[in-house]
Amino acid sequence: MKLELSRVVQGGSRLGVLKGLGRTGQHSLDVPGCLLYTRCGSAPHLTQDTLHTLSTLPSVTQVTLSTIAEHQEVLEECKDGFKKFAGLHETVLYCSLHDPAAPCPTGHTTNKTVSVWGSGGRIELSVAKFMALQRAVRPDWYQSMADGETWQENTSRKRVRKSVDRTLAHLDECLLVHHNTQELEGVEVFGVVEGGDILEERVRSARETAKRPVSGFCLDGLQTGSMNQSLRTQLITAVTQELPEDKPRLLQGVGRPDEVLACVEAGVDLFESFFPFQVTERGCALCFSLDVSPDPELAAVLRDDEERDTAGETQENGDLNHSDQTQMTSFEIDLNEKRYHDDFRPLVEGCGCYCCRNHQRAYLHHLLVTNELLAGVLLMIHNAAHYHAFFAALREALADGKLDLLKRRLLGERRAETGTKD
Amino acid sequence: MQNTTAPIGQTNCQLQVHDVTFSSNMAAAVQSGVNAETLVNNMSVKKALAAVPPLTLQIVAECPVTKARACDLILPHSAVSTPVFMPVGTQGTMKGITVDQLEGLGCQICLGNTYHLGMRPGPELIEKANGLHGFMNWKRNLLTDSGGFQMVSLVELSEVTEEGVKFKSPYDGKEILLSPEKSISIQNSLGSDIMMQLDDVVSSTVTGPRVEEAMHRSIRWLDRCITANKNPHKQNLFAIIQGGLNAELRKACLHEMTKRNVPGFAIGGLSGGEEKDDFWRMVTLSTDYLPPEKPRYLMGVGYAVDLVVCVALGCDMFDCVFPTRTARFGSALVPWGSLQVKQKQYAKDMQPIDPDCQCATCKRHSRAYLHALFKSDTAAMHHITVHNIAYQLTLMCSVRQSIVEGRFPEFIRTFMKRLFPSPDQYPSWAVDALASVNVTLE
Repeated sequence: MKLELSRVVQGGSRLGVLKGLGRTGQHSLDVPGCLLYTRCGSAPHLTQDTLHTLSTLPSVTQVTLSTIAEHQEVLEECKDGFKKFAGLHETVLYCSLHDPAAPCPTGHTTNKTVSVWGSGGRIELSVAKFMALQRAVRPDWYQSMADGETWQENTSRKRVRKSVDRTLAHLDECLLVHHNTQELEGVEVFGVVEGGDILEERVRSARETAKRPVSGFCLDGLQTGSMNQSLRTQLITAVTQELPEDKPRLLQGVGRPDEVLACVEAGVDLFESFFPFQVTERGCALCFSLDVSPDPELAAVLRDDEERDTAGETQENGDLNHSDQTQMTSFEIDLNEKRYHDDFRPLVEGCGCYCCRNHQRAYLHHLLVTNELLAGVLLMIHNAAHYHAFFAALREALADGKLDLLKRRLLGERRAETGTKD
Repeated sequence: MQNTTAPIGQTNCQLQVHDVTFSSNMAAAVQSGVNAETLVNNMSVKKALAAVPPLTLQIVAECPVTKARACDLILPHSAVSTPVFMPVGTQGTMKGITVDQLEGLGCQICLGNTYHLGMRPGPELIEKANGLHGFMNWKRNLLTDSGGFQMVSLVELSEVTEEGVKFKSPYDGKEILLSPEKSISIQNSLGSDIMMQLDDVVSSTVTGPRVEEAMHRSIRWLDRCITANKNPHKQNLFAIIQGGLNAELRKACLHEMTKRNVPGFAIGGLSGGEEKDDFWRMVTLSTDYLPPEKPRYLMGVGYAVDLVVCVALGCDMFDCVFPTRTARFGSALVPWGSLQVKQKQYAKDMQPIDPDCQCATCKRHSRAYLHALFKSDTAAMHHITVHNIAYQLTLMCSVRQSIVEGRFPEFIRTFMKRLFPSPDQYPSWAVDALASVNVTLE
């Protein structure tokens, strides 16, 4: 893969294209961008028909060992890798370790192993098993095995140091096996930067990982709920200073639009798109404005509309909430609420997604009240569409030098409810 | 409406519609370049539209051996080829399948449920949403049942009187009366193309005077339903033949109900827990006495063998929750029975569910993948639902094709051979039923 940057803001955001993806190198991904989040190769709730109602799909599909490690035997017998197994054609496959939407229990990581939780329980992975899985999965690119169990409150300095050491050791071992594995020829590896919330450890991890022959970097242990955004920004800024400019940075576990934007400013290129799925699971629809029109009247009209929508809903500043990633944000409306039962507008006026073109809020409300499966399907379509549109707007704002405007829009929405200044 | 090639899931089947007055009116006008709005405002066209009944049945072919027919059922939203299986979308949704997917499968008519929708979100809201069609955005036909069956099967403290069925709402505990008038009123609000009368539903395993009482009451309720229908020009009210498993009661009911000028008849009170030997006899008795120029709807029948046999006995329309419900449990329907995808034996099976099936699921995914996906995501259920609907619709399409081509008995024999490992495993009731219409199985 090759990162072609068209615009770099000093010590901060980058705009460009990640090219040469996939075995034949013909795929590319605009940056900043997101991957397509899947569970066992399926975008949640969606089959091929419903997935392809989305006009723009990320060219990179993310699958996690959390959802496929238990199928190792089948994959090995299948011999052609996970893409073939899952019927994924014409996409680049990225394999990560943990499912960002499913926080896993702590306390099971050792010096030599990490664990993932499948449907049947815990699966312990040594580097050998991890690499055997990669050989069976045959992704186009994967993250090396990492110990990121530093996100809980009060993680000791010693524990953080261990996570950095272990992760580096795992990376070295992975690379060794990688280069001796024929099936992984042409497959790219990302190193993982750890370090918890300790600046020195972050810098050390970044420096050391950058010395290894990796194609890019995952930034781990910074997920939503583990720390507030200002600390996250500080740490990412310090980390990216140690990383080569021409290699992509993928931030794990962060998906909220305001956090994404702040992390882009700090130098992150890629994100996982699990956030729209989380919104879907709580019966909510993303509705934040992507408009950065300087027209004050238009902006005011849009703002009024949204405030009416979001008024009366409980808001909490998600930054400081360590435990609950499932809490609703100010970027969404809750279709479970009674007031939508006779609201015949689409989820978002002007949204071109299948759900907004064909259905109304009242119908979505009905589906949620009656516990119908279609609710998840339609909300997933809309939320994914809106989220991808957000990234497109982000890139456009970067290109036009309007990132500040977009930022004010996003933060303004949050501020309107929390009444706090950032 | 012209010849249209049926979409994926119905290979080699074509919908053909002949000489339809309504559509040829519209088609001619559109062809001569008349603006659509002018068309609707044109008084003579309005009159013509009002004079066209909301249901026309055209018999395209009759099987010379059995009592089977292949027909074109012209309804307000589109033509329906019969025999037809109607999937059930109880609460205004087909369980995880979008209306586009349902349309893509070739479905021309599906069911909505008056009891459920009458409770949530309620008829007033649905009316505001332009009827159930508008609410769920389904552009083809809808059939709603009366709510009677749910009354008896779902609701615990229901009491049946001459007035109607009294029950306590499971959502707010209020006492509600579902009368023939109320049921029709809700169905008028839903705006379905076919509405069912409220019948006095009695389980098929019940015997004695209650069965007779229910049969007579159903006739009286039919008349009340007919009177209560506000939209006879747009919505078709079907009668439901009752009488339990008693031939005399059935005949009496048939005799009375066929005197009423309704556009179609359903055969009700069966497909409960009754013996199949009794079941088929009541079905064939009913079709013997029902007028051939009106459609026959056998309610609650959906297993493949039941469908094929009952088509042979003269039924045109069927509905059942089974295919869509069983899909969510991982059970995929196939010509040789069913396949429980969640079972261990399929964990490494790289074949599609049915190698001959043309549905989106079978064209892309293997049993092994679906097996794995069931452990992770709801999409697995949707894949199987799509397949099962495709299976049912394709089956009906093949049945129809064989009737049109005059080889239905041959089709039946091949079908049975495929479904059962050997002739001694053919269900005896099916053998008897088919024999009664001159089809002998090996």
